[in-house]
Amino acid sequence: MTDSKDKQDKVAAKPVLPVVNKRKQQQRRQFLRSLMLAAGVVGISTMGYIPVARSWHPRLRPPGALDEAEFLASCIKCGQCVQVCPVEAIKLADIMDGFGVGVPYVGARDQACDFSCDGLQCILACPTGALSHDLNYPHEIRMGFARLDRPDLCLAMHGAGFKGQIRGADFTGLFRYSEIDRWKPQRVHEQQFDLEICDLCITHCPIEIRIAQCEAGEPPSGDVNQCPPKHAIELRAEEDRGDGVMRMRPVVLDGCVGCGACEMVCPTEQAAIVVDIESTVQRA
Amino acid sequence: MNYFKESLLQLLGKAPSKPKPEDFTPEVKKIHLYKRGEKPNVAEIRAQHEAHSSHKWRNRRWLTLVAVNLLFVVSYQFDIQILEGALTASRFIGFHMADLNSALQVMLAFKHMVLNLLIGTTTILILWLLLGGRTFCSWVCPYHLVAEWADKLHLWLVKRKLIKGYDFHRGMRPALYVVFALLALGTGYTVFETVSPTGILSRAIIYGASLALGWVAFLLLYEIFISRRAWCRYICPIGMTYGFVGLFSPLRVVYTTESCMHEGDCRKVCLVPHVLEPVTKGRATDVTVPIGADCTRCGLCIDVCPTGSLRYEFKGLKKVL
Repeated sequence: MTDSKDKQDKVAAKPVLPVVNKRKQQQRRQFLRSLMLAAGVVGISTMGYIPVARSWHPRLRPPGALDEAEFLASCIKCGQCVQVCPVEAIKLADIMDGFGVGVPYVGARDQACDFSCDGLQCILACPTGALSHDLNYPHEIRMGFARLDRPDLCLAMHGAGFKGQIRGADFTGLFRYSEIDRWKPQRVHEQQFDLEICDLCITHCPIEIRIAQCEAGEPPSGDVNQCPPKHAIELRAEEDRGDGVMRMRPVVLDGCVGCGACEMVCPTEQAAIVVDIESTVQRA
Repeated sequence: MNYFKESLLQLLGKAPSKPKPEDFTPEVKKIHLYKRGEKPNVAEIRAQHEAHSSHKWRNRRWLTLVAVNLLFVVSYQFDIQILEGALTASRFIGFHMADLNSALQVMLAFKHMVLNLLIGTTTILILWLLLGGRTFCSWVCPYHLVAEWADKLHLWLVKRKLIKGYDFHRGMRPALYVVFALLALGTGYTVFETVSPTGILSRAIIYGASLALGWVAFLLLYEIFISRRAWCRYICPIGMTYGFVGLFSPLRVVYTTESCMHEGDCRKVCLVPHVLEPVTKGRATDVTVPIGADCTRCGLCIDVCPTGSLRYEFKGLKKVL
């Protein structure tokens, strides 16, 4: 007992050198490094919130998309909706969309959704219900709502007609002209038009086309359920300004689903009619 | 059960520990005792192995990885509809499949699960349960392949003494796993998907190049110049998820103690070397030892082993046959 006490005293009496435990030090360094890397990864990944919070890129989402926040939560970013779209209207967002990376959207001016598939293929393809399976027909969709953004540009508002190709020979947009081919969408630029007064937004409205087909007794896919109950857009005569020019205004109606077809085919340099993004699909 | 516990702890970042004397079976004790006096001619063994050395499993694996990812591309570009979608979720000849980690992120963020996702997740769970869990990493994940090449470059630079590699604590990965789960649950966004190189690469391969590839390039540069295989080892929750699946998988690499000469080639090529702890002389607790769940079943060790002491095994298959 005394022996060990002596020993302890001896040890205590020795001058204490600063002992560097190399292993401990390395472990501590590794731990701090790890903490920094982990913080970096979490920091970078949460930066994806900035574009979302700031709405840097408001996106028109594919048919049946849930409200934006829920859509971003539920989308698994696989692009199956992209693959089934017959007019390739659906694109996947890039990293500048932050949390929205890999999430599908419709760039309506370049290629709108024209419901060529009739059956809402993108909704059927969606594995997570981000595109709501509760919707069955185009007229039940509400991706957005069209609005005459620049009446001063609108040809009909000037009483002007339209002759030639929509948006020039280089425009790659596709549209299904049922009278040409029921199954194969055509290049918009391949069509020649000669209109007394420009009504392209009305003649290309998928809802109006369906209503006309139904009135002719030929509903899409032979299914009367495909018949939209409400009109989406019409031309209304403007008040005569006394110069004998017949001015017409495209008026967007309740039946508009916001597919963006009117925005795509609007032949002016900058689209006179655009789609305001608005989703009305709520999770039950 | 001991295997399960050790394997799980390893997955959670615990450093391999020396087994206690009572953990060893009497048979393996004899082998260890016998080996103590043995001085094998390592040079001769290697020379023998080199004469018929192969990259059999590596080549099969790379081929599989490229084929799976190409099948996505071909299915979309030529509209043959065999494998539609991307690695996060897809349909194989019409059957839903969903990556377990992506599905988990969506479930936590969305707090709702549709039947299709449930079916897809179950299908994939069963698939990787049978095939070994992290087998996904080395046999399917496109980032793994490029990271393997980055690793080669890193090791070359280290050998030339041009750079010094840093390591991190493997406990980071489970910690981040919890953080990403909580972030999805709390924010309602699939936060991890924003930075997942697996998702980004898979989509880029199928749908075309994106700016997001810049992030993948940054990760690769980080792995080349700073820390080898940093993403897979210390960060990726996908590997973690499949690691948990691998815990219960019958398909794994098995080590045979008796034939091993402990020359250590397997640990040099292994992408997750902590799982090869049993190959250290005197550490194997049984005559044969299954390698832990964090093993990606890549087969590099099987290719390189000069004595054939490492091999794939499907537990219980021998009994059936």
